[in-house]
Amino acid sequence: MTTKEATYNYAIRLGDNALILGHRLSELCSRGPILEEDLALTNVALDMIGRAQALLKYAAELEGKGHTEDDIAYRRAEINYHNHLLIEQPNGDFAHTIARQLYLSVFEYLFYTELEKSKDTTLAAIASKTIKEVKYHMQHAIDWTLRLGDGTAESHKRMQKGLNDLYMYTGELFEMDHIDTYLLHQHIAVDAISLKAKWQNEIEKVLAEATLSLPEDTYMQTGSKKGVHTENLGHILSEMQYLQRAYPDAKW
Amino acid sequence: MVTTHLNTQDVFNLIAGIPDPEIPVITIQDLGILRDVKLIDDTCVVTITPTYTACPAMGMIEDQIKEILSGHGINKVKVELTYTPAWTTDWLSQEAKTKLKNYGIAPPSHSSCTKLFGPAEVVICPQCNSKHTTLISRFGSTACKALYKCEDCKETFDLFKCH
Repeated sequence: MTTKEATYNYAIRLGDNALILGHRLSELCSRGPILEEDLALTNVALDMIGRAQALLKYAAELEGKGHTEDDIAYRRAEINYHNHLLIEQPNGDFAHTIARQLYLSVFEYLFYTELEKSKDTTLAAIASKTIKEVKYHMQHAIDWTLRLGDGTAESHKRMQKGLNDLYMYTGELFEMDHIDTYLLHQHIAVDAISLKAKWQNEIEKVLAEATLSLPEDTYMQTGSKKGVHTENLGHILSEMQYLQRAYPDAKW
Repeated sequence: MVTTHLNTQDVFNLIAGIPDPEIPVITIQDLGILRDVKLIDDTCVVTITPTYTACPAMGMIEDQIKEILSGHGINKVKVELTYTPAWTTDWLSQEAKTKLKNYGIAPPSHSSCTKLFGPAEVVICPQCNSKHTTLISRFGSTACKALYKCEDCKETFDLFKCH
């Protein structure tokens, strides 16, 4: 494995996280609980799609086969996608969506703060751009966690359920495989393991204020680095890739 | 060689006045989107940076740059996108902020961009100058704006977010 090949894989993973979450959140367009939330969630989706575009474009450059970011986004099979399992989970009710946003945005805030120091100048530049946007996503998720957790009995119950249901997908955020380790030694990748304690600390702080509790330790799901996904990703791709499959090379 | 008598400063001046597609009262220079112009051999290389990663105005700005330069005989134009240094509202001039306010958008304040939590900044209503305003949503009609309402004149308005 060369540095270039490893960085390609790394960019794909980060790009897929942004791409699939962008798709998930855009499903909420016109379905937000209130108009302002509709705007908020689709704004986050837009940030994600922008980030996916930057990262997959870089992946395409590293791959060097003349592909564009669109080819990479739309023309792969499920097993070749490497987004975290947490990201492909359905939106569920609003509390569920917020729980996913909370777990993820706090992680991304810590992650991209580190990636900004990467020796890979393209990844560092994308990170410095991303970190500003992630701050908003995190503030948004924290605002709603407090409001729902410390709201009515019903909103509290649903928020806690969302947190409990998704907790088993959070372990994967902090996994490192041979590609991560290889790039970490070259000061390109982030040491995800080292983020775990900070993440848990931040989440616990927010949940305590929101009168919620961190779910108990449980079996943690894993697989996305190997392309093993929950059944949800296939459904996402069937919709996301529909046009490219039905009308390859369609232009408008 | 560029078959033109224009130098880089001339080219810069030609395109600096392109209005932002979403907030047409300010230009791409006011906003700090236009970063650099270079003449390399027979190609004019213009560097721009997006306000937000997914800013949908980038494609339109690129088209407008090419259109204007083509009108001045410069046909080989390459528009490059840079992410570094990351765009910040600190690049907005005082003049640009006044233009925003007159347009009905509360301009961003300086130096609080890095603040993550703590008390919210005081946002002044661009209509009646009241400080008595409330955040409705952190996200507004475009990626760069948040939605506020004024408790005095009761108007809702956009804040150009500190970024």
